[in-house]
Amino acid sequence: MTSIYDKYTEDLSAKVIESVKEEAEKQKLSSADVKKVLDRAKEEYKKAMISPGEAIGIVTAESFGEPGTQMTLNVFHFAGVAEMQVTEGLPRLIEIFDARKEPQTPIMEVHLKPAYTKDEKTIKKVASLIKEMTFNELSSEFSINIIKGSVESVLDNKKMKDYGFTRKYISNILTDQLKNMEIRESKRGFIFVLKEGSENLSEVYRMKEKIKDTIIRGIKGIAQVLPTLKNNKMVILCGGSNLKEVLQLEQVDENKTKTNNIFEIANVLGIEAARQIIIEESLSVIEKQGLDIDIRHILLLADLMTSSGKISGITRGGIMSEKESVLARASFETPDVHLVNASLVGEEDKLKSVIENVILNQPVPLGTGLPGLVAKMKTGNKND
Amino acid sequence: MADVFIDEKFVGTVDDPQVFVKNVRELRRRKELSQSLNISYNDDFNEVYVELTKGRARRPLIIVENGESKLTKELIEKLKSKELNWDNLIENGIIEYLDASEEENSFIALDEPELSKEHTHLEIAPVTILGIVTSMLPYSNYGGGSRLIRGSKIQKQSLGLYAANFLMRMDTDANILHYPQVPIVQTFMHKIFDYKEKPAGQNFTIAVMSFQGYNMQDSVILNKASIDRGLARSTYFRPYSAEELRYSGGLTDEVGVPDKETKGYRSEKDYRLLEKDGIIYTEAKVNQEDALIGKTSPPRFLGSLEEFSVAANVRRESSLVVRHGEEGFVDTTIITENGEGNRLVQVRVRTPRNPEIGDKFSSRHGQKGVIGMLVPPADMPFTASGMTPDIIFSPHGIPGRMTVSHLLELLAGKVGALSGKTINGTTFDAVPEEKLREQLLELGFREDGTETMYNGITGEKFEARIYTGNMYYLKLKHMVANHIHSRASGRIQLLTRQPIEGRARGGGLRLGEMEKDCLVAHGASLLLKERFDSDKTVVYVCDNCGMFAMYDHFKNQPSCTKCGANVEIHPVEMSYAAKLLFDEIKSLNITPKIKLKDKY
Repeated sequence: MTSIYDKYTEDLSAKVIESVKEEAEKQKLSSADVKKVLDRAKEEYKKAMISPGEAIGIVTAESFGEPGTQMTLNVFHFAGVAEMQVTEGLPRLIEIFDARKEPQTPIMEVHLKPAYTKDEKTIKKVASLIKEMTFNELSSEFSINIIKGSVESVLDNKKMKDYGFTRKYISNILTDQLKNMEIRESKRGFIFVLKEGSENLSEVYRMKEKIKDTIIRGIKGIAQVLPTLKNNKMVILCGGSNLKEVLQLEQVDENKTKTNNIFEIANVLGIEAARQIIIEESLSVIEKQGLDIDIRHILLLADLMTSSGKISGITRGGIMSEKESVLARASFETPDVHLVNASLVGEEDKLKSVIENVILNQPVPLGTGLPGLVAKMKTGNKND
Repeated sequence: MADVFIDEKFVGTVDDPQVFVKNVRELRRRKELSQSLNISYNDDFNEVYVELTKGRARRPLIIVENGESKLTKELIEKLKSKELNWDNLIENGIIEYLDASEEENSFIALDEPELSKEHTHLEIAPVTILGIVTSMLPYSNYGGGSRLIRGSKIQKQSLGLYAANFLMRMDTDANILHYPQVPIVQTFMHKIFDYKEKPAGQNFTIAVMSFQGYNMQDSVILNKASIDRGLARSTYFRPYSAEELRYSGGLTDEVGVPDKETKGYRSEKDYRLLEKDGIIYTEAKVNQEDALIGKTSPPRFLGSLEEFSVAANVRRESSLVVRHGEEGFVDTTIITENGEGNRLVQVRVRTPRNPEIGDKFSSRHGQKGVIGMLVPPADMPFTASGMTPDIIFSPHGIPGRMTVSHLLELLAGKVGALSGKTINGTTFDAVPEEKLREQLLELGFREDGTETMYNGITGEKFEARIYTGNMYYLKLKHMVANHIHSRASGRIQLLTRQPIEGRARGGGLRLGEMEKDCLVAHGASLLLKERFDSDKTVVYVCDNCGMFAMYDHFKNQPSCTKCGANVEIHPVEMSYAAKLLFDEIKSLNITPKIKLKDKY
């Protein structure tokens, strides 16, 4: 049996052969029938392949460009899932393809291990563990004592009770995080003084701000948590993103948890994961807008953006700067910079791609312009 | 406490702005302050503005107190019996004028039944929310706002009688509609505006149906017989003017038939219509590039050497000729003097414009479309009584745009045409649909406005009954004759050697960046090259140094300015724009070099 399949490994992808194999065993096909199926699959596979000289790049650009013009007219660029705002539509698409370092609205989707998704209470507990809580939220008042150069805080007793914190616990965390300050408990809260002492008022003010921002619990950068049902599974949607820290929690399922920050994914999970997230994110934007772009265009774009091992956007600093041809780069943006830099190192343009040949009015090496005639000449003999 | 500004200048403060503003208004209504004063309070900025300046748009409104209009029934009776007039109403504080900022402080009811205690003013009539042009759209309260805007814009583009003295005028781009008509369905504004003195359309008989696909996507079908009988004909006027300019040294332009020696002399045939004085005779039939006014100018440069040569005395031809692609008849010639005392000759060419495929028409409801086909009367669909429509309008234009007013005008137009009356279609105050239906039934027609029609080509009865009636249609100023354009070869730009731009100059049609992408996407590489061949040139490239060489016509061989003639030099075909790019890069002190290789 295996020998039949071996013949096709060159022509068919492993995935196709695998699925044929599986189905053939299920249906109990004879080897002659399997051969028939494989031949047909080979034929179809060949048909589906893109022929040489097809302008896939431009077709991709046009396939994004045309619905893109419609999206500009569409007003629904933002969507809200219960208080949480998500960038969608054209702005999000531009964000992805320009490879912006931070998304306008970072969203993290935290999946939990099955043991923790059983009841709502545990989920909420995990959610509250993730959510960033600053000392400011637990305090009702801050005041500066100018003469002593100290900051006094007043604790909100109700909130303390709600979250189940004790004074001792808070005090420990504060001393742990604010190492340059001396912390004393007062009647209503805490009194903070800089260890080195300070007479400068603005320094005291900065100290106050630092105390306010001290994280008591949760993960930095996560401003909102929202446990929601997605595909019949409870997930925690987080406004703000910090994948590295979230994955360290033992309750979190590190295989499924993801964020919409492409760079974070690339840093934490690697470039292949980033490629996948580019595909998923752009596909979801397109689908939500009710548009239809073939996934192969998106695959091409995602491959292009990640093939260098780093994420590079479709910008003059990104993949445009990776182009081989000087003229092609110069025709996109800032031509003077490209031309001058090329002249400094004596760059050579091989005229291998489209735009340079359009500039020189030569046939572009695509479609009918790609093949050349090769004639075998017989030499010497006039009678030939 | 609020700041008070009079005509944008700060004058002081008041403690209670609301009471202050109210008191000022009271005083104005009691005639203790000027009627042209307007006051408003902006609570966002906490500022009071008093306006007395010129040039504010103001409009009259009825004052409302405690939810009751001050214009009572008694007063209306008095107005009817002419005991009172408009000025009295203003003097008595019943009607007042508000400007835009005071309007912001008021709450205006559109209609009397709508009045409540909070209202401060009442519209004199609901139509006053519309402007002059918009209130000339019949049944416009049955159409969407966007359609009203389009309808108003289109009315301004319609052909009609734009000025009664048009024969005395030399307007550029003037159009006159032959036999303009007064609309059957009118609004109150048509009377106020004296529309019958300057009508801008004709009453068409319309059928709402499709016709062989020639009226898809907003196009319309016109009946050839109607056009032959003069429907939607118009005349286009174009003035040409020539001035005898004076130059230094006592030289002037001269109007007259040019000599054969003149530089740039056209052909005798081109001047055949000119009379002895160099001006064409009226009612001459002219074609493109026929001379209308013969004119010569003195030689351009009188250098010290040329002054005595024979060529110096040769005058340049500068006649005025009919524009490319235009024809017509000479309507008038005028010889006069301009402000500087120069002799001025003007010729007006008149072109009859019969409707043709591509001309734009519209109803008054933003339902514009171009002619898709002119159908001979024999092939037009006809009703049982033998009537054929002038225009066939596609029903697909209705549901998406929701122009119910279009359908209602059709019905009203039908009633009007059959009973020989004009129908009132004033917004909010039109003859209601039920009444129209009743009258139509009385006139012996089907009450819903439909009629049984027969296929003009096969004679078969249409299964569906066709909605037919009469509508006021406008011929719009965009006619194909003004827009048609094509070019094979022609003038090119000096710098890039690419075709020049613009229809008037016989320019090319640009195949732009995105169009180029389309050809690339189709892999039509050689077609793309051919399409961009408009500035094809052959340059000589030196194999030795990679720079452009030149062709030495004395020695009849190519030679490189740097390496001489004894190097390999090859002719290379490229676009002139590319050659120019290379030259411009050179001007940046960058040396682009071309390395040649055999293609095969």
